[in-house]
Amino acid sequence: MTTDTINESLDDAHNDDHHDHKMTGIKRWLYTTNHKDIGTLYLWFSFIMLLTGGALAMVIRVELFQPGLQIVEPDFFNQLTTVHGLIMVFGAIMPAFTGFANWMIPMMIGAPDMALPRMNNWSFWILPFAFAILIGSFFMESGAPNFGWTFYAPLSTTYSNGSTAFFVFAVHIMGISSIMGAINIVVTIMNLRTPGMTYMKMPLFVWTFFITAYLLIAVMPVLAGVVTMLLTDTYFGTSFFDAAGGGDPVMFQHIFWFFGHPEVYIMILPAFGIVSTIIPAFARKKLFGYSSMVYATASIALLSFIVWAHHMFTTGMPLFGELFFMYCTMLIAVPTGVKVFNWVATMWRGSLTFEIPMLFSIAFVILFTIGGFSGLMLALTPVDFQYHDTYFVVAHFHYVLVTGSLFSIYAGAYYWLPKWTGYMYNDSLAKWHFWCSLISVNLLFFPMHFLGLAGMPRRIPDYALQFADFNKWVSIGGFAFGLSQLIFLAVVIKCIKGGDKAAAKPWDGAEGLEWTVASPAPYHTFSTPPKVD
Amino acid sequence: MSRGNQRWLMGIWLFCTSLFSCSAWSDTQLNLTKGVTAVSREVYDLHMLALYTCTAIGVVVFGAMFWSMIFHRKSKGAKAADFHESTTVEILWTAIPVIILIAMAVPATSTLIDMENNDNSEVTIQITGSQWKWHYKYFDQDIEYYSVLSTPREQYENQNGSFEGNGALKGKDYLLEVDKPLVIPANKKVRFLITSDDVIHSWWVPAFAVKQDANPGFINEAWTNVDEPGIYRGQCAELCGKDHGFMPIVVEVKSSDDYDAWLNEQQALTAKAADAEKASLSASMSKDELMQLGETTYMAHCAACHQPTGLGLPPTFPALKGSAVATQGPIAEHISLVVNGKGMMPPFGKQLSLKEIAALITYERNAWGNDTGDLVQSSDVKAASGE
Amino acid sequence: MSEGTEQKTDKPNNSKVIKKLVLVVFAMFGFGFALVPLYDVFCDITGLNGKTNDVAVAYADDGIDTSRTVKVQFITRMAKGIPWQFEPVINEVSVHPGEMKFVNFYAKNDSQRDIIGQAVPSVSPGLAAGYFQKIECFCFTQQPLKGGEEVEMGLQFYVDLDLPAEISTLTLSYTLYDISDKVDS
Repeated sequence: MTTDTINESLDDAHNDDHHDHKMTGIKRWLYTTNHKDIGTLYLWFSFIMLLTGGALAMVIRVELFQPGLQIVEPDFFNQLTTVHGLIMVFGAIMPAFTGFANWMIPMMIGAPDMALPRMNNWSFWILPFAFAILIGSFFMESGAPNFGWTFYAPLSTTYSNGSTAFFVFAVHIMGISSIMGAINIVVTIMNLRTPGMTYMKMPLFVWTFFITAYLLIAVMPVLAGVVTMLLTDTYFGTSFFDAAGGGDPVMFQHIFWFFGHPEVYIMILPAFGIVSTIIPAFARKKLFGYSSMVYATASIALLSFIVWAHHMFTTGMPLFGELFFMYCTMLIAVPTGVKVFNWVATMWRGSLTFEIPMLFSIAFVILFTIGGFSGLMLALTPVDFQYHDTYFVVAHFHYVLVTGSLFSIYAGAYYWLPKWTGYMYNDSLAKWHFWCSLISVNLLFFPMHFLGLAGMPRRIPDYALQFADFNKWVSIGGFAFGLSQLIFLAVVIKCIKGGDKAAAKPWDGAEGLEWTVASPAPYHTFSTPPKVD
Repeated sequence: MSRGNQRWLMGIWLFCTSLFSCSAWSDTQLNLTKGVTAVSREVYDLHMLALYTCTAIGVVVFGAMFWSMIFHRKSKGAKAADFHESTTVEILWTAIPVIILIAMAVPATSTLIDMENNDNSEVTIQITGSQWKWHYKYFDQDIEYYSVLSTPREQYENQNGSFEGNGALKGKDYLLEVDKPLVIPANKKVRFLITSDDVIHSWWVPAFAVKQDANPGFINEAWTNVDEPGIYRGQCAELCGKDHGFMPIVVEVKSSDDYDAWLNEQQALTAKAADAEKASLSASMSKDELMQLGETTYMAHCAACHQPTGLGLPPTFPALKGSAVATQGPIAEHISLVVNGKGMMPPFGKQLSLKEIAALITYERNAWGNDTGDLVQSSDVKAASGE
Repeated sequence: MSEGTEQKTDKPNNSKVIKKLVLVVFAMFGFGFALVPLYDVFCDITGLNGKTNDVAVAYADDGIDTSRTVKVQFITRMAKGIPWQFEPVINEVSVHPGEMKFVNFYAKNDSQRDIIGQAVPSVSPGLAAGYFQKIECFCFTQQPLKGGEEVEMGLQFYVDLDLPAEISTLTLSYTLYDISDKVDS
């Protein structure tokens, strides 16, 4: 602990005569280049977006509570589903993981900050602008984008309402933010690791974010491309996706999903990293098969580039195309399965305790695996013809994104809150958050499997009578799940304000450089690189 | 277990039993349909194979986890073991899943090969999706028609807060009924050529396990061979705009003889309709007749976008009440717009008879206070079918 | 100020990596656009999306395979808002692979204004598209019709000798678009 005190006093010395002494108030947050501050900004932003996207979902579930059109017009319903998807993907999940990356990667590799701190500030601050544009489009005369978050042409080009341009600008800005953030992460991990920390000594968390950053750099520009083509087709008379001009609407889907499929892995690999950190800590046992986990993550990332057309089985692909994509998609189950088995093997014959981070992580493993099973079923092309564009798909991706990514984000938040705030969170309130979320999330999404199998299509504001019962329960689950997230808000606010003081390492099984500094982590950490053997 | 926890458990148990004992449960479908074709049954079997396999794997994996959570808890005194790698185990749990996957891929491949073989069909039907209805054309006969949702508006407009609609109870086939279903023969290979007039739609009938996207400017093929006569319902399966949920598919499968009889009936109907069109050219309808027919036609075909009030949903769907086209502009232009369409507005020339269009335009020019006093007859429509 | 000194020594390394990554970003952006011609090339080779040749091919006089017959069907669709009639004169022909065939399509501009139409072909099954050779097609060019004008347009084609054996029926569909606005007169 003496080393900490020395580091702290060195930091204080820096604070006194270094030119970037801590500013206060709004200026601190606007101009900060500190990875901890920027991490905090990202995390708060993503939570606000989660609640916003969630509010849109609540309106959707109110409308779908009973058959009939009660509160919204069908076109507005399409706007709700579209913006809900865009906010959750680009505003909630991705920025949350970026927040974790900013807070934890420098500490985990013993670096003083990210490699490009000023670009880091820009990466964050353009995001509120992007979402102001997107959400502001609701107040336009024609309304917000209404063509689904996947914005297929020509619904999003020739047949779109006036919001397409704003949609495109917002997406471009989000893309630039992600690309800058990803470049920052790659350079930081490649160049700023403390001496002695070779690649195969990095925590798995750092590996998953490293690989995710490469995926981002590779595919976000393709999104930028396709969204630009959309803009020119809609406003400047090009015919990328217009058959009349020699284009092809199915080509849109190829280019979009070339981005889109790696995108969903971008949204899950960091989750794998978080869970791979927490389970060993609470099993008091090293992560099983560290190298396999690294190779499995890399394989998943590579394979993610060659499976995109499994979103397009009904577009009229020839047989050999369908077979190729079916086989490759099924193949991804292998490295993913390896990871699940490794987590179970980590738990096996460990010495388990069930603090909140562990509860969320175990729930992640079980429920993400269920999402993986429905994904495997979807990969089988002949049966996909029955599942495609139904609630079966909606069930699948909500299991992997909500009980998958979101639960891992909660797990990580609870795990590192003591490090961030210096206080332990209120355990009984957190238990309420976990159990209410766990039960309601399954009530919300599990019946969607049945709805899809029974024949209910996606993106419809009203449905036939045989779907009524399950929709009612789904809506109830939705309202309960939405309310449960307010408990988390209460936990976080309480924790920031005070509570039991947190030790430098509040979890006795935890490992990693971040636990060698005090809680809350000093503003500047590892100004001197730590020794790692 | 403490008293408090016991009470919780009882509460949860009661909740679950009440959930699962809803009487409507028996009507609720939990699983995929077996369907009525050889292909749909193969698809169902493949689905069940995948489901059983995943369940088995889940039982093993989650079982191990629960075992671990119970018996390897620190509070039970469990001490953490040392191991953290094993190449043998890693190889095993890589190889075994690969084998399981191959076992699933083989039947999937053969079913897919079956499904993609569109050759040697006996009946060919052109299916065209548009916003927001389907169009069917029998390749070998001169029979074609539109198929539009026939659920009355009062059943689904529930904005007044009543869940029983604006005074109308929801019918049994709510949102899954059309004015004129597709009719195909049983036990014959029927081929579908699917395309779209505007955006991407998707033609899906679960009972046949047929789903193919309708892409504008391109055609897709699918086929089916239905074993049992009956009525089968499906829906559009690709977001296509505001009424994506309101363009269902109904297929009536008739026995071979009934199908032939139906074909003859349709030929006769087409001939009759052609005669009626000719006759209406010389007929002259009264204002009352025109307004009545006009209102019914408007509600069935135009109100979805232009609203029963004529106020539309601007800017995408312009208002007709007080609009220049319906009040000041020349009647010929108004007719041409309805007959040929313009931009997003679909053409109704092929879908509605001359009489219906005449009535419709009369209605639009006189309802909602438009009061132009214009009366449009079938002959006017015929004359102005162009610009 | 170890932070400052660290930055100074790392800077050259940082720049190298940053330059490489930024290059990747631009390369992938370009790749997104390159996918457009790539897609066309891929479809040309495999006939994946049912696109047929849009430039005339010469008739390959390699003989006629009389041992098999292929049914070629013709369907037409009008895109929204084009007030034309457009029908095949006969909707189905039987040909031998290698045999040249000539069929007609009837078109009439029902309106009173001049309209330029463009027929866009699509073949199903997609794989057959690569074997459907058009020697002369009205779809190669724009079709201007004055108001009220009618015309018969020709299609001259043959089916390749190496059309896969499992395809015995193929369907050619034309969608007719109004491109008057898109053409600079």
